[in-house]
Amino acid sequence: MKILVTVKEVATVEDEFEIEGTEIAGKYLGADLNEWDDYAIEEAVQLQEDGIADEVVAVTIGPEDCEQTIRQALAKGADRAVRVWDDALEGVDLLDVNAKTEILSAVIEAEEPDLVLSGVQAGDDSFGATGVSVAEQLGFQWGAVVNHLEHDLEDGVASVRRELEGGVEELTDIELPAVLTIQTGINEPRYASLRGIRQAQRKELDVQTLADIGVDESTIETELELTDMYEPESESDVTTWEGSAEETAGELGELLREKGVAQ
Amino acid sequence: MSDILAVADHRRGDLRDVSYELITAGRELADETGGDLHLAVISGTVDDFADKLNRDGVDAIHTVDHGEEFNHDVYAQAVTQLYDELAPQYVLTPNSVNGLDYAPAIANELDLPVVTDTVDLEADGETLIATREMYGGKVETTTELEGDAVVTIRGAEWPAAEGTGDAAIEAFDADIDEDAIGSTVTGFEEVGGGDVDISEADLLVSVGRGIEEEENLEMIRELADALDATLSSSRPIVDNGWLPKNRQVGQSGKVVTPDVYIAIGISGAVQHVAGMKGSDTIVAINTDPNAPIMDIADYAIVDDLFDVVPELIEEFQ
Ligand SMILES: Cc1cc2nc3c(=O)[nH]c(=O)nc-3n(C[C@H](O)[C@H](O)[C@H](O)COP(=O)(O)OP(=O)(O)OC[C@H]3O[C@@H](n4cnc5c(N)ncnc54)[C@H](O)[C@@H]3O)c2cc1C
Ligand SMILES: Nc1ncnc2c1ncn2[C@@H]1O[C@H](COP(=O)(O)O)[C@@H](O)[C@H]1O
Repeated sequence: MKILVTVKEVATVEDEFEIEGTEIAGKYLGADLNEWDDYAIEEAVQLQEDGIADEVVAVTIGPEDCEQTIRQALAKGADRAVRVWDDALEGVDLLDVNAKTEILSAVIEAEEPDLVLSGVQAGDDSFGATGVSVAEQLGFQWGAVVNHLEHDLEDGVASVRRELEGGVEELTDIELPAVLTIQTGINEPRYASLRGIRQAQRKELDVQTLADIGVDESTIETELELTDMYEPESESDVTTWEGSAEETAGELGELLREKGVAQ
Repeated sequence: MSDILAVADHRRGDLRDVSYELITAGRELADETGGDLHLAVISGTVDDFADKLNRDGVDAIHTVDHGEEFNHDVYAQAVTQLYDELAPQYVLTPNSVNGLDYAPAIANELDLPVVTDTVDLEADGETLIATREMYGGKVETTTELEGDAVVTIRGAEWPAAEGTGDAAIEAFDADIDEDAIGSTVTGFEEVGGGDVDISEADLLVSVGRGIEEEENLEMIRELADALDATLSSSRPIVDNGWLPKNRQVGQSGKVVTPDVYIAIGISGAVQHVAGMKGSDTIVAINTDPNAPIMDIADYAIVDDLFDVVPELIEEFQ
């Protein structure tokens, strides 16, 4: 069985930052492997270790800068990676779900995996929609917000748990091929070992343009346009205690006694 | 066209609150587009649900009587057929776990853009202006799109619709292709039971990812003991296996309403806030003065938890 994992390098923001136009100024931004994708990679690698999967391929849409992040997937055990990027994508400030779906689906069609694992959401723009959209595009089955997957995958069926609201889990059987969007907590993502990191440098990281994957530039014109970004107006009238830790702890102590919840 | 089609959410026999909020959001949009608000109620006791949803502002309710529980293939088929029939401008669904399990699929099927987790919406002619958050709530953005779209709305952002409406309630004869249904719900399970019920506590000492290491949790336990408080946490602490599921506050954990909630090293992501915003008094201890938790906190200590917590323990020991 072949498993494909979609992975995204997400932007992280420092505590203090400035907004320039519709972006956070570059000097306040960092980069990280999307938290949810880290769990998806781990699930795929565990399926491989359990002898269910024989190949794990990581796929990303991103510029060359994100290769280090994507190599983390290789260092953790993915066999090879595909990175799609194109001059046409340069300067697009928001890749919407449909654009990502076109690109990822083209790669998936060429790779023909039995199972695709994506994250529930990307930590930065948080659409929470790409995995399910890709499934529909490909005619695959799907399950969103999966926090448990039975590893036998017998008879071409994935038995999963979907994490609903309020501590309720839905038990669902999903026919393969399928896309599952993976929720945090499904497993314990490993740290890449030094050996893994060394090996990752030698693993294949295939770079493809839109033309290479047979996607026409015009089909990925994003329909969503980011027109403004600002810091949310605070509705609160929070009282911030100032002073040393001893003093602020003292203030909190007093409040707790006043409220009668502690002595 | 200028109509709105909103799809209600229900689970295990009950409509979910967001369904009533969806009516408010849908009505506001319909007023702006100059169209009607249609509701779809799919699966379960649809007639009963339709009666309950018949509140002020709803023009028509379409019931699809098929199966008991949510199945995304049934929803996707029913909604795309309703879209073909009604030709609405916007399809509105909740940004719930189930909403995210079918809204992107209908957008793809109908070749429409999808914008999720919106907290405010405005329709201006053919343009939709959607407000959503990015970077875990650190910034808000506006996103615009032209023409028809599928939109999901965040819970608790619009007030629930009230009153009694005079909507036309009609059964919609959806043609559900059983062969196209590739997933089967086999059951439900409640998780997070066990020794403690954090929703009963008067004082919660709640810890988040700011604690960094499992060993450091000991300090928070000491604080909870010194205060005679109950220990709870945000999701990452439970995901890491440092505390059991029954300690998790939030959308997928427990809803708590203590007299005082002390959030230590918790940023205040929307899914966390959903579980604790009803607390009487909220205190945040966080190094980041801009963390979203500050928006709902009553009192804040903008400082390192590793400095503040030991002082607090000392005071109460
Ligand atoms: C479908 C879904 C369901 C979810 N359900 C839940 C849920 O039920 N409950 C839940 O909590 N989350 C839930 N989440 C996850 C949620 O989106 C956030 O990822 C999570 O709440 C973040 O937890 P946190 O605040 O502890 O961590 P972070 O967001 O990483 O915040 C850590 C905070 O600690 C502060 N900090 C760091 N160091 C220090 C220090 N030394 N002293 C003081 N402060 C410090 C930082 O400034 C930061 O604000 C869900 C997500 C999804 C997609
Ligand atoms: N640029 C990208 N490259 C590869 N995968 C992506 C990209 N953007 C999103 N995804 C995948 O889709 C999931 C959901 O993202 P989103 O719908 O953007 O919140 C992520 O967890 C990734 O697995």
